[in-house]
Amino acid sequence: MYRLVPATITVRDLCKSYGDVAAVDGVSFEVGTGEFFGILGPNGAGKTTTLEIIEGLREPDSGDVSVFGLPAWPRNAALLPRIGVQLQASSFFERLTAREQIHTFASLYGVAAKRGDDWLETVGLTEQAGLRTEKLSGGQAQRLSIACALVHDPELVFLDEPTGALDPQARRNLWDLLRTISTSGRTVVLTTHHMDEAETLCDRVAIMDHGKILKAGPPAALVRELDQPLRISVESGLIPADRAAELTGGHVADDGVSLSIATRDPARVLAGLARADALAGLRVTGATLEDVFLSLTGREYRA
Amino acid sequence: MSGFTSLSVAMFRGFVRDRAALIFSILLPVLFLLFFGSIYKNTSAPKISLVTVGQVQLLAQARHADPGLGKVLTISHARTERAALADVRKGNNDAAVLQHGDHLVVRFSIADQTKAGLVNSVLGSIVQAANQAASGKAPVFTLSASQVEDKSLKAIQYFTPGLLGWALASGATFGAAITLVSWRENKLLRRLRLAPVSSGSIVAARIGIAVAIGLIQLAVFLAIATLPYFGLRLTSAWWMTIPLVICGILAFMSIGLLVGAIAKTQQAATSIANLVILPMAFLGGAFLPLDFAPDWVRQASYVMPLRYLVTGMQDVMARGEGPAAALPAIGILLGFTVIVSLIAVRMFRWDDI
Repeated sequence: MYRLVPATITVRDLCKSYGDVAAVDGVSFEVGTGEFFGILGPNGAGKTTTLEIIEGLREPDSGDVSVFGLPAWPRNAALLPRIGVQLQASSFFERLTAREQIHTFASLYGVAAKRGDDWLETVGLTEQAGLRTEKLSGGQAQRLSIACALVHDPELVFLDEPTGALDPQARRNLWDLLRTISTSGRTVVLTTHHMDEAETLCDRVAIMDHGKILKAGPPAALVRELDQPLRISVESGLIPADRAAELTGGHVADDGVSLSIATRDPARVLAGLARADALAGLRVTGATLEDVFLSLTGREYRA
Repeated sequence: MSGFTSLSVAMFRGFVRDRAALIFSILLPVLFLLFFGSIYKNTSAPKISLVTVGQVQLLAQARHADPGLGKVLTISHARTERAALADVRKGNNDAAVLQHGDHLVVRFSIADQTKAGLVNSVLGSIVQAANQAASGKAPVFTLSASQVEDKSLKAIQYFTPGLLGWALASGATFGAAITLVSWRENKLLRRLRLAPVSSGSIVAARIGIAVAIGLIQLAVFLAIATLPYFGLRLTSAWWMTIPLVICGILAFMSIGLLVGAIAKTQQAATSIANLVILPMAFLGGAFLPLDFAPDWVRQASYVMPLRYLVTGMQDVMARGEGPAAALPAIGILLGFTVIVSLIAVRMFRWDDI
């Protein structure tokens, strides 16, 4: 691939085994400057190991990894101030308050404590600043952990399963925060096993399974490449199935709750349904990354 | 603030907010000190109690001649010989005393052999003194006996260093082991590895905090034991306990690091550390003074680092030896630290995989 902007991360033919298990098996990709890059796959796919090798925490068995043009292994102290790492919500000092945690990290990076306070405000934790981290909710702890990763304003941020243990509402709240951190040219690398998360947040994703990258690209492009029919569904009982098939020319199924039509010609289907005044409860769904995963592996996606 | 300072502050806050750690490293040892201190407060001069039947002229004369006898003897009376003997058998009194003319009769129990010996020698000397007075001549030979230790040497001088040694050992070992395991478990170790701070700063901060905690333990112990109620008197070279405490902390932290390197979970770390510290507390002279311990315990104690910490502190704190007396203990503790740390570093892991 030809790029005007030099790649922030270059990974080539990366391999890492634990015993007989190949955790990472010949992985290559690049992450451009300012890109929001997602490594997506089920648990045990090798995402975290890949991330840890790029961070410089683990030595690869073979392959090359460079970050800002410098080799990632052995741990390069010159790289550390330029990268931010969020490992897990619980990677905190025991019995310190949220404010004390971020002040400690600020001073480890030689940054003024005030910057820590600003970040607490950015992630919406000003009210909880005096609470010990053990008392924070899962979502609050994740926000704090992201703030601690960003306190020194790094050019490159690694987020390992940032929404891992959160409930759906907390996950969506966190997405808003994650969107804001990729502004101002910062490069973000995120691992996740949530397909929807990768789809909404990432400029580009690499789908990983069994230590290999199956496919990489912008989520929308991956889905479009699948060339799957759209599913258009309305409430059951508005229109008989055979009449719907006749009107729309699509493949119709009615399960008693919804009547759904698979089609590659949505305009005709929607026009037909509109003419029959059968649009109540209308939903149009396209293929998702889960369908991409299904087509790549031949199995249902299970996180 | 540098990385070292901010890590030290974070660790110190974590320690003082940890109730369990405060209880085990400071409160519990202090309670032990208060408990033993109160029990053994008055054991320095054993007393004997006598029960007399009828008039015992000799005893009355002796007490009149030497008022100091009252410190050693307490005397009560019984109506009949039978009642007095029953009393001695039960252990309420150490001996029954009767006088038939010039003949002094003493009946004692050998249930307490030390007391029995004491009764015989005290009454023997009373009879001898009376005989000598009856002869009307000045005594030719006299005996003066006194103990080799400072007169103030009480039980508290022995077990203050012992309990303090135990408190220091368990505080340093558990602290280092639990910190290492929990930081590995919650991945803080790896998070710190990705921050621009050297492993040296992290280790130095942890050692600094452990030493600070050790010196706090020392200060609390000395403050309590030297209260007039307990009566610990520090001898001149007591300040050598400060370097001893620091070296002891280093030695036991190295044990803690080794335990933390081996253990996978905090529970495992706690169990292993207990397995190391508790036997050492009993066999290393912390709970039982080595002077009164059986021979095999004394032999075993030579391989325990706690022994050198405790006896070293005893020498300079209570036995009145010079500052140089602590040097062998310091050397052994430092040597131990180096060896165990090297093993711990070899076994160290940044994470569980």
